[in-house]
Amino acid sequence: MKQSGPLLEVRDLSVVFDTRRGPLTAVDRISFDLSPGEILGVVGESGAGKSLTGTAITGLLERPGRIGGGEIRFEGNRIDNLPPEQMRRLRGRRIGAIFQDPLTSLNPLFTVGRQLVETIQTHLDLGREQARQRALELLAEVGIPAPEKRIDHYPHQFSGGMRQRVVIALALCANPKLVIADEPTTALDVSIQAQILAVLKKLCREHGAAVILVTHDMGVIAETADRVAVMYSGRIAEIGPAAQVVKAPRHPYTEGLMGSIPVIGTGADRLTQIEGSMPRLTDIPAGCAFHPRCPCARADCAAVRPEPRPVGDGKVACVLYDGGGI
Amino acid sequence: MTATSEPLVSMQGLKKHFDVSPPWLNRMLERKPRLHLRAVDGLDLEIPRGTTFSLVGESGCGKSTVARLVVGLYAPTAGSIRFEGTDLTDRPAGDPPAIRRRMQMIFQDPYASLNPRWRVRDIIAEPLKCFGMLPDRASEDREVGRLLELVGMNSQDGEKYPHEFSGGQRQRISIARAISSKPDFLVCDEPTSALDVSVQAQILNLMKELQRELGLTYLFISHDLAVVHFMSDFIGVMYLGRIVETGPARQVFANPQHPYTRLLLDTIPDITMARRDREPVAGEVPNPIDPPPGCAFHPRCPFSDARCRSELPELRNAPSGARTACHAVAEGRLADGPVRAVPSTPAQMPT
Repeated sequence: MKQSGPLLEVRDLSVVFDTRRGPLTAVDRISFDLSPGEILGVVGESGAGKSLTGTAITGLLERPGRIGGGEIRFEGNRIDNLPPEQMRRLRGRRIGAIFQDPLTSLNPLFTVGRQLVETIQTHLDLGREQARQRALELLAEVGIPAPEKRIDHYPHQFSGGMRQRVVIALALCANPKLVIADEPTTALDVSIQAQILAVLKKLCREHGAAVILVTHDMGVIAETADRVAVMYSGRIAEIGPAAQVVKAPRHPYTEGLMGSIPVIGTGADRLTQIEGSMPRLTDIPAGCAFHPRCPCARADCAAVRPEPRPVGDGKVACVLYDGGGI
Repeated sequence: MTATSEPLVSMQGLKKHFDVSPPWLNRMLERKPRLHLRAVDGLDLEIPRGTTFSLVGESGCGKSTVARLVVGLYAPTAGSIRFEGTDLTDRPAGDPPAIRRRMQMIFQDPYASLNPRWRVRDIIAEPLKCFGMLPDRASEDREVGRLLELVGMNSQDGEKYPHEFSGGQRQRISIARAISSKPDFLVCDEPTSALDVSVQAQILNLMKELQRELGLTYLFISHDLAVVHFMSDFIGVMYLGRIVETGPARQVFANPQHPYTRLLLDTIPDITMARRDREPVAGEVPNPIDPPPGCAFHPRCPFSDARCRSELPELRNAPSGARTACHAVAEGRLADGPVRAVPSTPAQMPT
């Protein structure tokens, strides 16, 4: 692995669904970089294209979805056009994935230990006993009490939080350089959510893995991510350091989104409201996709799609910042 | 939490136990015992008129069961429910109609709670029909149009079907249906947890506006403390079927007493405290079929002692003005500052 340069480069990535009425663009020319060991949060509302971005990077897009254009480079090499067999070897060993529902990501018919050993042996050249030893270490690392007993249990014998720990162990078992976590805590209670995020953060730091954390929960992002990308209608509206995006949002959509979250300790009687809802894929407005809902919209917003411009330490795609930035 | 006037809704010693025993044959042959899940286990609360009372807690703590008990969808195992002093215990849902008209419910999932084969106008008009509130179809149409505009939709939307609307719009339709019979009391069971944050803000603002305009009383159920903080006048924190702390929302949030409340408030992700390494609560909610003896929270509580392990704490007035069910608070042995959870976690196994 090269020490310099980003771990992952995404350039003008589009994800397209072919339908009978023509192609629908669900992710529209997005670009971002990810440095080794960095945690990038991807936020947005349902249908913003955040999960599809993760799916495209792992090469798990299913028909009728396909990559419609752009490049994905991992450690300098293109991976968006790899044959499925090569992609399969990369996935798991170099790129791990954690999904929302821990029950459906585990096979209910096999013990947790068997699933871990199988995954470890697929990716690493280890014997059965060594692999089991490694599985025990991983279970202990993710904080499962009495791993030597629990390793022979079936997924249904674990609670939701414990299952998600097992899924994290599975994702990390080949020491991947990149972990894509798609809503890893959405199905869990707040107190369990905190435990899982702590485990995820600690282990990725220890294993030196970068993380793309896809979630709709701004609080999770604010506490976990180094940088945040805010998505709207398949585009990145704003990307930048977490503190900047959360505390001083620049894009009117990010600003509205932040204001609409109730915060404990403020006496506000009314939440900021973004009128309307996100457009359907079939009728994304021309120009800036947000302009019909935007309080700052101008005449040219409906005509030209704004490109991301550098503002502060991040980038914002909005005409308000087209005048040279900063 | 004493209101000057009579509370609109009150519950005393409310219990709901579900029989989850194995089938009779297994009990006979394998000598398996009867099992009861104590979803709600002795609940006292009063909701003053015109206010919002919120129940908050993690999944499985019994908050939705309380909602269903209040509107009569479940019959309580023990205890009583009163509405303006009228005892509703053991009355079937819908009886007496004069009172049932005045309590309605908003459900969590706006996709499952609207009949997909009915037009929106028929969905909203159903309570009007049930209670025979309007004489003819023309006045019904006018009323449905008025209600749709009241919840921020177009009066022409009544002719459409639910699938033509987004989640937020469907929840508006649910609200229009709930307020159509001119109720005084709305039970809202996680009304926004299926919605995106920007849509959630629209719905919460709408609910507050309607409360002001129509003088509604809400029983609001949520697992989201920030939403509860925004909505509530009073709050009850539930843990394993019991209220562990209750009082005016402002006081409970400003000065939480019960260790569980403090842990919950410590763990919620907060956008204002970016990159804070928060202290995760150790352990998980125990199995309500076999709750720990004494205080149900003691296995996770850093302040538990012998008394907590054997004796169930009652709700008592705490110095903060709230009421707390905790021996440590009552004895004043609670340390100030952040609560550290006990590190060791016994594995939780469903039986």
